[in-house]
Amino acid sequence: MSEFKIGQREAENVSILELKGYLDAHTAPKLEEAFQSLLKSQKYRIVVNCRDLSYISSAGLGVFMAFIEDVRNNKGDIKLTNMSPKVYNVFDLLGFPLLYEIFKEEKEAVTRFFDRAK
Amino acid sequence: MKTSSIKVESRTERLIAVRDFVSEAARTFGFGDEDISKIALAVDEACTNIIKHAYRSDPTKIIQVNVSAKDGTFVVAIRDEGVRFNPMQVQPPDMKEYLTHFRRGGLGVYLMKSLMDKVEYAIVPGKANEVRLTKYLPR
Repeated sequence: MSEFKIGQREAENVSILELKGYLDAHTAPKLEEAFQSLLKSQKYRIVVNCRDLSYISSAGLGVFMAFIEDVRNNKGDIKLTNMSPKVYNVFDLLGFPLLYEIFKEEKEAVTRFFDRAK
Repeated sequence: MKTSSIKVESRTERLIAVRDFVSEAARTFGFGDEDISKIALAVDEACTNIIKHAYRSDPTKIIQVNVSAKDGTFVVAIRDEGVRFNPMQVQPPDMKEYLTHFRRGGLGVYLMKSLMDKVEYAIVPGKANEVRLTKYLPR
């Protein structure tokens, strides 16, 4: 069953993960693997594009929690973009906007990595 | 009272079937998209807790989900026969503290309580655990 898919590409030295489908306790390990593989390749500038993400549960949110510290300790970040209102509401309910930068568009997030004012 | 139920094996790949079942029942009862999403997520969290904690990832165990709907009250009762767990004893996390220290897990119960109008826990005679999630139909 292909209920969750991850696409990966690079833009200006930033790794972009595109999430598609349903991110729950069943599919969260896939996202975990994707982050592990990025960290192994020392890629710490990560943008997660949620345009085609239809659903997220706490198991999915937990994956972001698991890697953020490591990523930031290596001067990188995980930035999130293009969330539907439904997915954003779940992040918001748990106060994630305090911890993660969330952008409407992927381009803004990529640019932010090169923003000296940051 | 309208009732319906589904039994699934305690496996994470079955979560999608539970969400679909509950969403359909909620839609039939008259909830809008936003409430349907909330109910489906809360039930997913309850089942995920059962799979991971009550049944400790034993895929041969069974989770039963019963929906009963009457007079604007929609109740989802999720039953397992695993290790006893009382979500009402889980302290609400201090979210600021939580986020500052990058802790994982334990968000499920907090979400259930935030998404539903009522979360109750009961032990059914015959050693089953039951989590009851209630949502009222907006008037």
